[in-house]
Amino acid sequence: MGVMGNGIESRKTVFVTVGTTCFDALVKAVDSQQVKDELLRKGYTDLLIQVGRGTYVPSKFSGEDGSLAVDYFTFSPSIADYLRSASLIISHAGSGSIFETLRLGKPLIVVVNEDLMDNHQSELAEELADRKHLFCARPQTLHQTIKVMDLESLIPYPPGDAAPVANLFNNFLGFPAD
Amino acid sequence: MWHEISGNFCYVFPILVAAIVVRAAYVLYWTGRSLRASASERVRTLIVLGSGGHTAEMLSILNVLQKDKFVPRYYVAAVTDNMSLQKARVLEESLVQQGKNSGRDILEAAQFMQIYRSREVGQSYFTSIGTTLIAIVHALWLTLQIRPQVIICNGPGTCIPLCVSAYLFKVLGLRWSTIFYVESIARVRKLSLSGLFLYKLHLVDQFVVQWPQLQKKYPRAHYVGRLM
Repeated sequence: MGVMGNGIESRKTVFVTVGTTCFDALVKAVDSQQVKDELLRKGYTDLLIQVGRGTYVPSKFSGEDGSLAVDYFTFSPSIADYLRSASLIISHAGSGSIFETLRLGKPLIVVVNEDLMDNHQSELAEELADRKHLFCARPQTLHQTIKVMDLESLIPYPPGDAAPVANLFNNFLGFPAD
Repeated sequence: MWHEISGNFCYVFPILVAAIVVRAAYVLYWTGRSLRASASERVRTLIVLGSGGHTAEMLSILNVLQKDKFVPRYYVAAVTDNMSLQKARVLEESLVQQGKNSGRDILEAAQFMQIYRSREVGQSYFTSIGTTLIAIVHALWLTLQIRPQVIICNGPGTCIPLCVSAYLFKVLGLRWSTIFYVESIARVRKLSLSGLFLYKLHLVDQFVVQWPQLQKKYPRAHYVGRLM
């Protein structure tokens, strides 16, 4: 029992999510030996991938031989529990999963999908990376980002507040503010 | 007889066009100017929902909105979007549980509607001209049903036909509405296509962006912090 308990405590999971998009380049990148080696070197033990609508199927590993344990699934109604139990999150650049992760205060690497036509999503990821709230990578540079990242350098994200926007509406309409 | 009618038409038509142009200019002049006449009233509010992060941002606004003032609330989402209306429904039901609306009121306090999309993700700009026209006709019908006094939108393509038809209603004197637009937090350096369109045509009364650098680029916009 005790041994198992210790075993669970010492596990460090990396959770990868592509959301509802099709982002094979990211799944392929995290499934590459380069990325897996860097993750292992950083002390991570498990890799869990939410592959979404993509067609690339990563190979599962139990990780018993000291290598990275790899598992995947397609969709889940809520990824909140996966985010909460992960030590590192690697995500597509959708604002939903970015802010869900930042609110939990988890270290995050956002990987920008360069195949999207109107790629405004990189704007948000790059801005938040400039402000040191997360790391921003491309599929082909992910292994380098993991190699050089310093989780201590990340600054917690201050949550937003909708009240000033609501007050702006109230003022305009002549409603008294709350 | 026919000559008489067509003769009259020769006069009537230019006068009609001139009247509409003057009225359109009048509407543009008053857009963005606070009326401050409705202090204690309730306002019929149209809330445009969209997928892809838009709904999460809109719900954060709705959470702090004075629900007793912005009522009844009409939620509109694209027909291809099943998730967004469901999320709004959950929010409205939680309001009933908190006692902010009595159970009897919910049907009157909130309604949920769908609209044809003007443009699907990946659709070409050329074919979207036709689908946009269909969406505008549908939007006019919805605007007629809802007769909104306030429209809150944050960027999905569906907000364009609704804002355009609200503007037409103003020009025709059928219903005056105030339009609030909050650009998505995902737009850091450039406005979205919807945002740019509404900004350039002066269709919005209060235009809000969530990054200071975007406000510098578009000085008529307001920056009051981030929603998320």
